[in-house]
Amino acid sequence: MTGTSLHFENLTLGYQGHPAVHHIHGEVARGALTAIVGANGSGKSTLMKGIASILKPIEGRCRVSCNRLAYLPQQSELDRSFPARVIDLVSMGFWQRRGLLGRITAQDRAELAAALKAVGLTGFEKRPLDSLSGGQMQRTLFARTMLQDADLILLDEPFNAVDSRTVRDLIDLIKRWSVEGRTVLCVLHDLDLVREHFPQAFLLARSLVAAGPTAQVLTAKNLALARDFQESWDEQAGLCVANPAVASADNVRVGLHV
Amino acid sequence: MYEYLIEPFIRYGFMQRALLGSLFLSASCAPVGVFLMLRRMSLTGDAMSHAILPGAAIGFLLFGLEIIPMTIGGLVVGLLVALGSGVVSRLTIQKEDASMAAFYLISLAVGVLMVSWRGSSVDLMHVLFGSVLALNNDALILIVSIAAVTFLALAVFWRALVAECLDPLFLRSVSRIGAPAHFLFLTLVVLNLVGGFQALGTLLSVGLMMLPAAASRFWSNRVGPMCLIAVAIAAVSSLGGLLLSYHASMPSGPAIIFTAGGFYILSTLGGSRGVLRSAFASSRHKTA
Repeated sequence: MTGTSLHFENLTLGYQGHPAVHHIHGEVARGALTAIVGANGSGKSTLMKGIASILKPIEGRCRVSCNRLAYLPQQSELDRSFPARVIDLVSMGFWQRRGLLGRITAQDRAELAAALKAVGLTGFEKRPLDSLSGGQMQRTLFARTMLQDADLILLDEPFNAVDSRTVRDLIDLIKRWSVEGRTVLCVLHDLDLVREHFPQAFLLARSLVAAGPTAQVLTAKNLALARDFQESWDEQAGLCVANPAVASADNVRVGLHV
Repeated sequence: MYEYLIEPFIRYGFMQRALLGSLFLSASCAPVGVFLMLRRMSLTGDAMSHAILPGAAIGFLLFGLEIIPMTIGGLVVGLLVALGSGVVSRLTIQKEDASMAAFYLISLAVGVLMVSWRGSSVDLMHVLFGSVLALNNDALILIVSIAAVTFLALAVFWRALVAECLDPLFLRSVSRIGAPAHFLFLTLVVLNLVGGFQALGTLLSVGLMMLPAAASRFWSNRVGPMCLIAVAIAAVSSLGGLLLSYHASMPSGPAIIFTAGGFYILSTLGGSRGVLRSAFASSRHKTA
């Protein structure tokens, strides 16, 4: 497992017996910067939940080898009416290091100020959460993710409602994480952004269409294949029988050259 | 002034005990109420206060009006209802409000059946409405102990309780403490309701929990200060309610909750985040 951050073995995730994404085999190398791409309903967010252990696999498994995992979901369950300030939300990022009772130190506070600065929110420390715009909230959550100091970072459509200048700043930040040896998986819809900044990609369509270097994954043929999938559930569908031989032939390793 | 405000407490031992008991209850119940409100579970306290009835009734039927058996009975049944509804909501598609409603209604029906089976309507009135003026030593010790346990648990689990309210999905991604913290919190709710039912009865004990908490939201936008404000409102309501009860010959429990209700209405109107403030907000604004 040395050098591997994630290892999928026939990973199948879904809801009420229907697969959201099934029979994923493959690995993600430590420090890889990988985009997860696919149409609506192709299983991208479900895969993130599976990696974050929020959703249990129906079949197979996902071995995660990291000290700390940070997960920025697409649809947060965050209660924006909760009486808290930006600083309160961002300092939740210290949870893995400080736990239930650990004190937030002066160094932590400096780190928090630096994180807010990195996402352009200096001066927002005491702002109530219900007064933030959608983009400001997303940047606040990004700052919290920074403080988690994780070596595996899962970002699910992190640039929703974020303006283009901030997107560039956040991309720079994500690239810096990768340079520091952190593994980053990022769900994105903007293929130009993926081609420009993400060396590796997973293309999903309720199963793995392709994985590897972005240029080889995002080909016209693969993208056409990824568009042509059944998005809806079929109550009459028979039970899925995976062919192990096919599965092992599909086995991929992402980010080998990092 | 002295005659109205101080003398009743100096002159009568039962008033002193009532004040002491209700002040400790205020300090303990109000912060729990704040978290219930922030978790959008304000009516859960009400449901749970009904749910503990059969437990209190079993203790009452077997041992009479004894604080320890009634408390243990109430605690056990309250926890069973909390656990049952929690398990159903986590293992099935049903949300916790629906499963809680189902379990508490079953529990309430059993409780009323038991009380009417053996007890008289006077007994039922006592269990439902309590009497803060009849607090004995056992009841006071129980209330103080529950307050101590509540303070300790809130201090230790504060960060988890806030995180579970603010962003439960995040907490699940970094820790497994979410579910245990939720059940611990429900235990605190049951404990405080059980602590309150001797003084205020099962139906009104939730009043001291929820009314000051709901009122505090109109005064602050941070959890810590909200808890302190809720405790202050609950304490002043206890004092005011007892005096009202003494001077106007009213039943003490409803008088306390009625006073807390008055503070709620006042806060809704006049709080720094209340109706009047927003209605008469200045039309002038800052440059940035």
